[in-house]
Amino acid sequence: MAEFFTPTTEQEFAENFAQLKPVMNRTEALYESSRCLFCFDAPCIKACPSGIDIPQFIRQINSGNDTGAARTIYEANYFGNACGKVCPTEVLCEGACVYNLQEVKPIEIGRLQSYATTKVIKSGEKLFGPGADNGKKVAVIGAGPAGISAACELRALGYTVDVFEAKAQPSGLTVYGVAPYKITNEETLAEMDYLQAQFGYNTHFNSPINSREELAELENKYDAIFLGIGLGKTNELGLPGEDKINCTGAVEFIAELRQHHHEVAVGRKVIVLGGGNTAMDAASESSRLGAETVILAYRRAKEEMGAYEFEYDLAKGVGVKGLFNVAPIEITGNGYVAGVKFIRTETKDGKVLEIAGSEFVEPCDMVIKATGQAKQTEFLGLISGLKLDGKGRIIANAHTGQTSNPKYFASGDAWNGGAEVVNAAAEAKLTARGIHAYLSK
Amino acid sequence: MPDLSINFAGIKSPNPFWLASAPPTNSGYQIMKAFDAGWGGAVWKTLGVPVVNVSSRYGGLNYRDKRLIGFNNIELISDRPLADNLREIEEVKKRFPNHAVIASLMVQTRQEWHDIVRQSQDAGADGFELNFGCPHGMCERGMGSAVGQEPKILQMIVEWVMEVATKPVIVKLTPNISDITEPAMAARRGGADAISLINTIQSIVGVDLDQFAPYPIVDGKGSNGGYCGPAVKPIALNMVKNCAQHPDIKLPISGIGGIENWRDAVEHILLGASSVQVCTAAMHFGFGIIREMTSGLEQYMVEKGFNTIYDMVGKALPNVLHWEDLNMKYKVTANINEDKCIGCQLCYTACEDGAHQAIRLNAGTRVPEIIEENCVGCNLCSLVCPVEQCITMERTDDGTQHLTWKERTEAGTAPTEFNDEKAGGRHHWVPEPSAALGKERHKTLPGKARLYSGETVLPAEAE
Ligand SMILES: Cc1cc2nc3c(=O)[nH]c(=O)nc-3n(C[C@H](O)[C@H](O)[C@H](O)COP(=O)(O)OP(=O)(O)OC[C@H]3O[C@@H](n4cnc5c(N)ncnc54)[C@H](O)[C@@H]3O)c2cc1C
Ligand SMILES: Cc1cc2nc3c(=O)[nH]c(=O)nc-3n(C[C@H](O)[C@H](O)[C@H](O)COP(=O)(O)O)c2cc1C
Ligand code: SF4
Ligand code: SF4
Ligand code: SF4
Repeated sequence: MAEFFTPTTEQEFAENFAQLKPVMNRTEALYESSRCLFCFDAPCIKACPSGIDIPQFIRQINSGNDTGAARTIYEANYFGNACGKVCPTEVLCEGACVYNLQEVKPIEIGRLQSYATTKVIKSGEKLFGPGADNGKKVAVIGAGPAGISAACELRALGYTVDVFEAKAQPSGLTVYGVAPYKITNEETLAEMDYLQAQFGYNTHFNSPINSREELAELENKYDAIFLGIGLGKTNELGLPGEDKINCTGAVEFIAELRQHHHEVAVGRKVIVLGGGNTAMDAASESSRLGAETVILAYRRAKEEMGAYEFEYDLAKGVGVKGLFNVAPIEITGNGYVAGVKFIRTETKDGKVLEIAGSEFVEPCDMVIKATGQAKQTEFLGLISGLKLDGKGRIIANAHTGQTSNPKYFASGDAWNGGAEVVNAAAEAKLTARGIHAYLSK
Repeated sequence: MPDLSINFAGIKSPNPFWLASAPPTNSGYQIMKAFDAGWGGAVWKTLGVPVVNVSSRYGGLNYRDKRLIGFNNIELISDRPLADNLREIEEVKKRFPNHAVIASLMVQTRQEWHDIVRQSQDAGADGFELNFGCPHGMCERGMGSAVGQEPKILQMIVEWVMEVATKPVIVKLTPNISDITEPAMAARRGGADAISLINTIQSIVGVDLDQFAPYPIVDGKGSNGGYCGPAVKPIALNMVKNCAQHPDIKLPISGIGGIENWRDAVEHILLGASSVQVCTAAMHFGFGIIREMTSGLEQYMVEKGFNTIYDMVGKALPNVLHWEDLNMKYKVTANINEDKCIGCQLCYTACEDGAHQAIRLNAGTRVPEIIEENCVGCNLCSLVCPVEQCITMERTDDGTQHLTWKERTEAGTAPTEFNDEKAGGRHHWVPEPSAALGKERHKTLPGKARLYSGETVLPAEAE
């Protein structure tokens, strides 16, 4: 029944994970940009968390000023290319496009956006540069969308910026988390190279900041510290058998997949636990890796899933089967995963109730837990005076990003609790201005 | 089924659709193909002393992703020997005796005109079209539009032609003139049987931004050319109307200019044309477009109960008046259909910046609201609205009164002084100029667009 054969080469992998939003050519961009109505006070702009002036850049594409279009995009969002490809545009700009109200296909804003940015990235054209050196230094922890966006904006404002990243590559979850059919590693990293060439911040890879000593050193050397650390590992479920071989966290599984492509092995029958977007991604990805059966198991009813509808449709479209109102109670098997023991549930007044005596075992040879990412509370606990909210999110001023330790600023998943690339990029730009305001006092 | 056939000044044709003298009528091969596809007639590519053309001959005007809404050429008349053309005319007429084959002609001397007319009618041409229209290349040699712009010379040449012509003579007019009825009158005085219009409009279709040269580019240089295609239809329609309404011209008109589908053809016909000619559309889409044209025309005639083309020729003419005869008591007001509105607010910004500040935005909805007392009924909003039938212009006067500018002038109620109390815009509300930079500033560039285009201060009302 498998929809996909197990890919064994890079080319087969690319076919199974074909881009959902392939880059447009000039003809398609001309056609699509011609459809835009150039609305007044356009609703698409308002729906974009980074507030890109969409009709402006579409008009620029339409009149043959692709470079100007890229500038418009990057002025609002340093992850302009990545966002065009990975944003859930269905619920953001494209979802707000006035065409929807006429039951006409909305403008493909995301693809137009990547069209323009891809072009300048390829040409390497210089659109931006660092501002005049103001003699101040900022350390950025984490080279994800938040960290890199903050670095760009701070450079533009004249700061010396050092980015410390635990991993070997920049862009955070854009290259370690987002589904491979949304963006390729090459595309992601090309944008990172482009930005670094434009702004000239310093990057230090494989350089996790883990200890109080390292933090103290940063506090001494830098005028401000930006936290763009995102979230942590997949939450533990606390179920018996969770440590069995082939029971893995979605974030960890996807990170492997993004780095090792077809070399990542997937089970023949995979059960994905969860109902959020990451669960949908992990299920789709398992299927595209050649799993024969992929079951998406969720504690509540289908309608209650946190995932966007189009993400569920995408998973369904590659053969993923839904199993709803079931809660896992044990991972079974002898060393290796052999199945998941579930109990059926029902939802009453918003509460999930287990139905006694309804236990059953669904056999499988792989379990992927997509049950949310843990917060990095341990690390954040090393920063004196830094306050977190009840959910482990950093508390910071929404306009300036300043935390309860005035030297520290935060944006992105670590602050918002887990959103999208575009939110991290938009927040970090604002926070960089917050840092500037603080250091200019 | 309505009868589409026409008898145009004695030239019979199974339908009113002719190919205009141009590249599509360059050869017998093309014209046979066209007749086979359903065209009723063809005006042969202009015959004369064969020319030599340059390479790179056409330029196009595109609108967004739409190609060739305007078309421009720097080609001349036929570059093929006359004998070849005449032999092919004969062959086409033999194979298609009931179709109209018209020889377009352009030569210089009286003798040449006599020779070419005689030879063409011997070859079997059903009529002639005298090309007094080409606006480039030929006029510099005292032909084409150089003739069309000189009524006296035009008349003289028509007279020369009439001396030998035994078949109907059509004079093709150039639009590159301020009053089209002057050459039309000259044609009539010369004895022509019909007129056709318009030929191409002198133009530069565009400039290459890298080579700093006009299109089409010939070895880095360019020249003015002749403009045609959909964009010229409005100019053609007005000229057709001027000739059709002129009390003394009274000649059958072959309408040319921007005809691409049945609607364009019907518009030409309603303004007085009784045959229509097509060039650009056939060059763009090929002869196959004739199927849509005839089927559309037929359908329209059935719906309107027209039995022949002549039931509709000039039917719109009585409704084309001078401005001073229009009823100034008539009033329409814009009306937004809320259920259809998609909230693009193009109507708002159009009226705000380009009309009369008669549309307002209200909090909590993207559907704009018409401020009726400010609406002058200009139509702009309804023209920019992207949704069919969403903004309609509704009549708001009671229909009982009628008063024209002419009547007002005669009655002395028209404004005559600079600061006249009777000025039309006198009691119309207009915001203070400085409000544009003050409290009304958000009405030009909405908050976020301003914010992200570099301004960090939110305009007054946006927050
Ligand atoms: C599976 C999955 C799929 C997703 N799909 C999409 C999608 O399709 N579209 C979309 O818009 N968003 C998607 N997201 C969300 C999106 O990736 C995140 O919202 C975004 O990457 C957050 O950016 P960030 O910079 O805050 O954090 P991250 O991207 O997590 O970056 C944080 C970086 O900090 C580094 N770091 C952490 N701690 C330290 C430390 N102590 N020292 C040094 N470095 C450190 C990390 O290695 C990482 O590189 C997805 C998320 C997941 C998990
Ligand atoms: C390339 C080209 C060549 C033309 N050559 C002639 C010509 O030889 N004789 C003539 O009378 N008109 C000529 N015309 C004008 C057309 O017959 C016609 O009047 C004009 O194109 C307007 O019609 P349209 O809008 O359907 O194209 C030419 C037009 C084009 C585009
Ligand atoms: S809402 Fe749609 S049509 Fe309007 S400006 Fe945005 S993309 Fe264009
Ligand atoms: S008709 Fe003209 S004045 Fe009236 S609302 Fe529309 S644009 Fe404004
Ligand atoms: S132009 Fe039409 S669709 Fe757009 S806001 Fe105005 S009425 Fe609505």
